Amino acid sequence: MKAFFLRMYDIYRFALRFFQEAFVPPYEYKAIWDQFFEVGIRSLFIISLTGFITGLVFTKQSRSSLAEFGATSWLPSLMAIAIIRALAPLVTALIIAGKVGSNIGAELGSMKVTEQVDAMEVSSTNPFKFLVVSRIIATTCIVPVLASYMGLVGMLGAYLNVHTNEQTGFYLFFQAAFVRISFLDIYVLVFKSAVYGFTIGLAGCYNGYNADQGTVGVGRAANTSVVVSMFLIFIEEMIIVTLVNNYLK
Amino acid sequence: MTVTDHKETVISLRNIRKRFGPLEVLRGVDLDVYKGENLVVLGRSGSGKSVLIKIIAGMLTPDTGSVIVLGEDIRSLGPRELQALRTRIGFSFQSSALYDGMNVRANLEFPLVRNKRHLGRKEIDTAVARVLEDVGLSQTVNQMPSELSGGQKKRIGIARTLILQPEIMLYDEPTAGLDPVTSANINELINKVQEQYNTSSVIITHDLTCAKATGGRVVMLSEGCFLRQGSFEEVFASDDARVKDFYNYNFITTA
Repeated sequence: MKAFFLRMYDIYRFALRFFQEAFVPPYEYKAIWDQFFEVGIRSLFIISLTGFITGLVFTKQSRSSLAEFGATSWLPSLMAIAIIRALAPLVTALIIAGKVGSNIGAELGSMKVTEQVDAMEVSSTNPFKFLVVSRIIATTCIVPVLASYMGLVGMLGAYLNVHTNEQTGFYLFFQAAFVRISFLDIYVLVFKSAVYGFTIGLAGCYNGYNADQGTVGVGRAANTSVVVSMFLIFIEEMIIVTLVNNYLK
Repeated sequence: MTVTDHKETVISLRNIRKRFGPLEVLRGVDLDVYKGENLVVLGRSGSGKSVLIKIIAGMLTPDTGSVIVLGEDIRSLGPRELQALRTRIGFSFQSSALYDGMNVRANLEFPLVRNKRHLGRKEIDTAVARVLEDVGLSQTVNQMPSELSGGQKKRIGIARTLILQPEIMLYDEPTAGLDPVTSANINELINKVQEQYNTSSVIITHDLTCAKATGGRVVMLSEGCFLRQGSFEEVFASDDARVKDFYNYNFITTA
């Protein structure tokens, strides 16, 4: 139990150091930009594919239940609510946790155990700012963008299914879809995706930056980054949804 | 390789103690390194050599004692002052510690680009070409670290530190894991760097061949304290069993 609280305190200090370093010049613009590319562009394909399939399959699965009540015309708005409010941010975060979180954990862990982090330090470069701050900023900024993009692609998947079955037009589908979506839903999507992105970056960087015990430590850092990120993302989802439903709606 | 006449001190350690949990690694170490000399710190694995060099570079803080490097008390420096001081110190790691996501050119440019932001592309290219030529590896400029041999990695690691033209070079086990011929080449390179760049060097090693080839002055570290210091011959003229054992086992192993 004592070890758990010591670990929590260590993570708290790590997060605090991020905020201390992130807002103090010199800023690592190039490193941040490189990480935007790594997190964003390199994840586009998998986000597009999973988003499209999620929208398509979710619509297909929901159709039979709604058809029993003759309510298939509600599919566009149902899909919009499901995708924008829940699926897009959650699925995006889980994919990025698996793809980018593990990558950050392994990369920083490897750099740590092969003394590359130390080499950076003795080269008069602040490794925390260069490696950690840039990655956490990138995941925090890019996950909301990817989640929004996945929402759009997911809706296209839903549209394809609806169009195939009901021959609904593109404009009519999206008009019906966004009737039930408010700006609050968009704000919440962006906010919680940013929280998930921060969590993924923090978990990956913390575990990688504190890796030890050689290659075993690197593997453990990658694994722990993913497991902890996913666990925290579900907890955060529950908290944010509860707060939004109780206080903002 | 000899101590300069005027003996200007560039590194001064006094009463350095460092403990990791119950283990006291350094027990009151005093050391002076003079301008222009190559100082070899010899010792067995776990004797505290690497801890000592990391304290000099400001990567570890001693529990007690003072560390003066190039006239600056490292323990009293803030992060920015420490960063500024480190541009004057080169550190060659045992594992070379090349950034494996960057090619040789990017590895060499990294410290330069980050510490001398005013430099233009042409000046950076000139500096990269110069240090690569100094370490004899001009042809590797576009290669990735994974494509280099162990000896080449060491050389590129040294070149990366030389690009900032440091006043002090710290070598952590420069010949560890290398074959005798490559080790001899690295020893030559260490001497060449000292002559060409007029650096003061601290060489941490357990390799007696390296110590003999590079060290103007040798100190022997055992159980956190210095046993002997002087020239290579003076150190190993000792009757101390620990010194004799180290000498005998080292050459038996090498043979």
